[in-house]
Amino acid sequence: MLLRGAPSFSASWFVDFDWPFADMIEFINVSKAFGSKVVLKGFNLKVNEGDTVSLVGFSGSGKSISLKKIVGLIAPDEGTIRVDGLDVQSLNRHELYELRRNVGFVFQFAALFDSMTIAENLAMGLLKAGGYTEDAIRERIEESLRLVELEGFGPRLPSELSGGQKKRAGLARAIAFRPKYLLYDEPTSGLDPVTTAVIDRLILRMRDELGVTSIVVTHDMRSAERISNRIAMLYDGRILEEGTPEELFRSTNPIVRGFVDGRPELVEQGNRELQGLSPDGSMP
Amino acid sequence: MKDLTFGPFAAVGKATEDILASLGKFGEFFIEILRSLRDVSTWSPLLVQQMRRLGVDSIPISLFLAMFTGVVLALQASYTFTGQIPLYFVGTLVGKTMMLELGPVLTGLALSGRVGANIAAQLGTMRVSEQIDALETLAYNPVAYLVVPRVLAGVLMFPVIVIFANALGISAGLVTAVNLLDMSTQDFIRGLRLFYAPFDITFSLIKTTSFGLVITVIGSFMGFTTRGGAEGVGSSTTRAVVISSMLILVLDAFWAVVLLQ
Repeated sequence: MLLRGAPSFSASWFVDFDWPFADMIEFINVSKAFGSKVVLKGFNLKVNEGDTVSLVGFSGSGKSISLKKIVGLIAPDEGTIRVDGLDVQSLNRHELYELRRNVGFVFQFAALFDSMTIAENLAMGLLKAGGYTEDAIRERIEESLRLVELEGFGPRLPSELSGGQKKRAGLARAIAFRPKYLLYDEPTSGLDPVTTAVIDRLILRMRDELGVTSIVVTHDMRSAERISNRIAMLYDGRILEEGTPEELFRSTNPIVRGFVDGRPELVEQGNRELQGLSPDGSMP
Repeated sequence: MKDLTFGPFAAVGKATEDILASLGKFGEFFIEILRSLRDVSTWSPLLVQQMRRLGVDSIPISLFLAMFTGVVLALQASYTFTGQIPLYFVGTLVGKTMMLELGPVLTGLALSGRVGANIAAQLGTMRVSEQIDALETLAYNPVAYLVVPRVLAGVLMFPVIVIFANALGISAGLVTAVNLLDMSTQDFIRGLRLFYAPFDITFSLIKTTSFGLVITVIGSFMGFTTRGGAEGVGSSTTRAVVISSMLILVLDAFWAVVLLQ
């Protein structure tokens, strides 16, 4: 228990305390199954301060689930997830809420509250946290909307926004707390190439202007190449390969190559190799 | 040896397992609602809004049902009593039936459709569109924010609705009796007061409070456990209405056994 004997947990303590662990998000031997379907098995990943790590992999490989585990939305069956040295599973509800204020989450379809305006969506977390005056909240909302290039969109309803604008509004809500970490769940899925480039630019901007550490779940290799300093490929429940974008694009692993180049035959070949079968599928 | 993993035994076993698992989840959910009552600062600002949406906005449909029920009760009572029983018993039958049975039960069934379906569809859509997850990432307790105000609104407002429904149903019976059955107002009121007991109203309100609890909790549970997309929301909504309607009838019998015997 990391918290045992530690001072009582609060937002100010989280910031001020001279924490003995490095700032990082860490998955240690994490496993998760839904019924008979094993999604993660012995998943390990370390994300250091200042990193922007893209987590890539096939649909249904457990990428989004991994992100949700970081903020305690889904519990692992086995293994540990640590955020700044804190074991997420061992936190009580109050501690988990404090942690979540340091970890912004950008949902795949934005997940904006559709009965509220964009400004009200952004204000939700700040109101709950307390300690902000009305002016401070208004100022923070305007600043967050400016950062995602949505100035003047505060009074609009989510239904009045395009897909790309919704994703940017979702990002604005996630950064309203000025979190230390940002988790992006497929931020560019379903967007045209130009809007994708805009979102990529915003992800880089969050890193540069707010200094956030990010994990981006994506299928889009071009986008991953643009925004990340590291890419990790999740396959068969664990990290198959991890490195800089250049290293991943030069990989000789047939599964990674097949994924990067969009060649299913290479993936099949890689599968056979993983199972110890010869290229024609027979036992060697 | 015969393989028992298929066939009727396996199907019964699987169904039993699923039902027990659902009951376990429901128990956890209900305990979470009780725990979340402590998070007053989260649910209290939303309570009045939900009381208006689930309660005040449901009054017209409940009054509509009650009015026609009162009319039909008066006419059927008169048809049944003709020549055998004094006609002022029409007032007795209308009053007793509205307060003890039809006021609460018909209102409950109507509200399981209007309120239960509304809650299940709304929360189900929020679940599949990850809005409930988003609430959690913003450090909200989603049960305190979404479920508690709805459940409290149901428990507090359904009895109020039924008081109006009972009053209108009885009044409609009176108007019908006076205008269509050649009864005087005094006769109808004489019948109404004949077997009246203050406990009738208490009984009506106890039943309705339990219906309000069941409808809102089942609707919330179905919404919260929705999986999939539009189809999942549809099936959660249907299940919320069917299960809460069935439970209303079960509770109706339960309270009759417990309080009227």
